[in-house]
Amino acid sequence: MFSGRALLWIVAVAVLIALPPAVVALGQPFYIDLVRRIMILAIAAASLNLILGYGGLVSFGHAAYLAVGAYAVGILGFYGFTSGWLHLAVAVAASALVALAIGAVSIRTSGIYFIMITLAFSQMLFYLGISIEEFGGDDGMRIKTPSRFPLVDLADPVVFYYVALVLMLLSVFLVFRIVNSRFGMALRAAKSNEARTRAIGFSPYPYRLAAFVIAGAMCGLAGMLYANHTRYITPDLASWQQSGDLMFMVILGGMASTAGPVLGTFALLLVEELLKGWTQHWQVILGPLLVLSVIFFRRGLAGIFYKPDA
Amino acid sequence: MNFALLFEQLLNGLQFGVTLFLMAAGLTLVFGIMNFINLAHGSLYMVGAYLTLAAAKWTGSYLAGVALGLAGTLVVGMIVEVVALRALYNRDHLDQVLTTFGLILFFNELVAILWGRAALFASVPPFLSGHIELFTGSTYPLYRAVIIAVGLLVAVLLWYVVTRTRLGMLIRAGATNRTMVAALGVNIRLLYTLVFGFGAALAGLAGLMAGPIYNVQPGMGELILIQVLVVIVIGGIGSIRGALVGALIVGLVDTLGRSYLRPLLGTMISPTAGDSAGPALASMLIFLLMAVVLALRPAGLFPPRG
Repeated sequence: MFSGRALLWIVAVAVLIALPPAVVALGQPFYIDLVRRIMILAIAAASLNLILGYGGLVSFGHAAYLAVGAYAVGILGFYGFTSGWLHLAVAVAASALVALAIGAVSIRTSGIYFIMITLAFSQMLFYLGISIEEFGGDDGMRIKTPSRFPLVDLADPVVFYYVALVLMLLSVFLVFRIVNSRFGMALRAAKSNEARTRAIGFSPYPYRLAAFVIAGAMCGLAGMLYANHTRYITPDLASWQQSGDLMFMVILGGMASTAGPVLGTFALLLVEELLKGWTQHWQVILGPLLVLSVIFFRRGLAGIFYKPDA
Repeated sequence: MNFALLFEQLLNGLQFGVTLFLMAAGLTLVFGIMNFINLAHGSLYMVGAYLTLAAAKWTGSYLAGVALGLAGTLVVGMIVEVVALRALYNRDHLDQVLTTFGLILFFNELVAILWGRAALFASVPPFLSGHIELFTGSTYPLYRAVIIAVGLLVAVLLWYVVTRTRLGMLIRAGATNRTMVAALGVNIRLLYTLVFGFGAALAGLAGLMAGPIYNVQPGMGELILIQVLVVIVIGGIGSIRGALVGALIVGLVDTLGRSYLRPLLGTMISPTAGDSAGPALASMLIFLLMAVVLALRPAGLFPPRG
């Protein structure tokens, strides 16, 4: 009745739906928080996959939009605005605008220059966050009240968990629809052969820029959720380590595959959690693990289940 | 305006610039020759600072510490090249970025295990402390002056080695066509390892000299690495001349921006505008500069030929 791939999706979603009651019954509600954080970051990873995996745009500054989305919540809350819809609208619009500005300059360059310039822009935002004392500067700022939505209470950990789950699935589905549309075909064509794409009459620039803006907006959504999750935001959200983490999530899971970013985010953050419980010097183990995974594990986790699109 | 202060800030900018150049030279050489982008270059800067500190403590002599620190960083660099990076020369830049990102995590944590997370204090050796008199009424720390001298000396040496010696000829040939050089009987792998090792030693030199000025702590390499990336992008990736010019520009712009942007905005717009926007703009200045350069010249100021 179902293909193997669809069956895997159904099982995975069923497990995620059943998780909160199960861990509460086991007396380990901590896992609700952990998995919620993973799902929120999976939205960011899915957005990066759109431009990195399908568009071939190696953005090393994707965490910038995570910070823009998070600070939209923080700054609006600072001035007393707590409406969730307003937070959502501003977070998405602001990160889309920032992505438009960054993308308009960056996408003119390519290769190593693109990597560097996106990194530079995200660092600019990072330093901006550090130097604005009014919004906490280096120390970050506390989110006093979560985004208020009618009917849905994000302060309830379980409710927020299901919101994150639904939004993650919607994001993954949205990316899936985008890359399989005419727009997505043009984007992927430009990745695999730019000269031929131009020859058949497509200029890659507007397609890449549009994808870049969509990805930025989606990552802004993740940032808005992340601010509500941690209730405490710092400029570190825009740090290049965070950008690197997002890239690893996409690569570990398998670039240009639908489920890849979700798998990668789960894998990276669960391994991180495991190592953290084991030793405080977990990075000394994680670092070489990541090196090995890049050298030997090219297909990513999604490659185990099925062959990713070329 | 106080001209003695301006002159001192110019020298500080120059000192920061040559530190950036020492880092940028290794990074840009490795990129130009092996087409490899090494984010872990900042870790080698950190390793140099720590090794020198430890060796100076062990031997009781600053100069012996410097020698051991440099040799140690050279060896660490060559080991990293042989063990991890060699496998990645033919991979795309994404894989290289990710691998070296993993190495950064490893090195930062290793240093934290060995020496702790707290910043260590590196002192200026007695024979380099004190001030020199530039002109009447204006003095400059001797140590910073020595950094400038060492940096410029290394720049000249590097220019000589690359353009006037057999080794430099091989390096340039390897950058143009590695297969051809290998076919002519040159051990290109060994050459790569050597170049990487010397790049590492230059980063170590920058790190050990920066030790007494900035903090010696885990993660110290990343702060400067980002600035060095700006330098080589402005200069044109792969060009040593570009690295020198880019390093001096970034060093001066950053230093002068930090000291003069706040009063400048304060007098031009309003004191409150200067206080709030000055520091923010100063820390973003070099990135704005890079964006402008890339918008006008997408391959940097001195794109390498070929």
